Amino acid sequence: MSTASANRFVYVTYIRTTPQQLWAALTSADFTRQYWMGMRVEAEWRPGGSWRLLKPDGTLADAGEIIECEPGKRLVIRWRHEMTPELKAEGWSQCTMDLEPVGNAVKLTVTHRMEREGGRFIAAVAGGWPQVLSNLKSLLETGSTLLPTRY
Amino acid sequence: MADDALFRALADVSRRRLLDRLHVRNGQTLVELCEGLRMTRQAVTKHLAVLHAANLVTWQRVGRTKRHYLNPVPLHEIAERWIRKFERRRLSALSALKKHLEGDNR
Repeated sequence: MSTASANRFVYVTYIRTTPQQLWAALTSADFTRQYWMGMRVEAEWRPGGSWRLLKPDGTLADAGEIIECEPGKRLVIRWRHEMTPELKAEGWSQCTMDLEPVGNAVKLTVTHRMEREGGRFIAAVAGGWPQVLSNLKSLLETGSTLLPTRY
Repeated sequence: MADDALFRALADVSRRRLLDRLHVRNGQTLVELCEGLRMTRQAVTKHLAVLHAANLVTWQRVGRTKRHYLNPVPLHEIAERWIRKFERRRLSALSALKKHLEGDNR
């Protein structure tokens, strides 16, 4: 009972933005590279479409398939690591991003889970999310890339 | 202010202990979190509500159980907001000192 729960991580951040802006930030390669350790996301944004995360030099880091895609609301990705053979061998994980407007902000909940127990991939990816989300928040709230500066 | 709620939530040893317990094992139920603690279940529930309000703990239903998850994102945000800023200042002070000292030798 307890081991299954260790294969799931739930991260929440409140970002002062609109669901549309946040969705654009999550699904645009030019945007992801600014907050996601230089990674570029490429996907066919529809259920069944392919999904890929590329390193700055173009190496394929992670790949998978879009399971659910509701712009501004919900994105579910079937996700597998592709670079390190041991981590790739651990198989598939599932990442769900839920966007929910709360006052003048959007609550973003990222749930990343894996069926397999005791995996190293899920631990690694879980370690990276807080930094990525914190960068995303500060970029959307204070960055001038998409939004006018608010301060 | 979200920051006030966050610092208030952290300013309590029982709540920090609950965060530590979730760090060791994420996704525990209330019953699991209460095990071995000298606190009533009501007290733990109250502390979890404060941690939840500060966005340090989140919960999800998994099957028929309600599981609690440590949410470290706000801690990264205050690290960005407070710690890095002071590091930068210290680093620039050091580099100014270095320039000054090296400048004297030339």
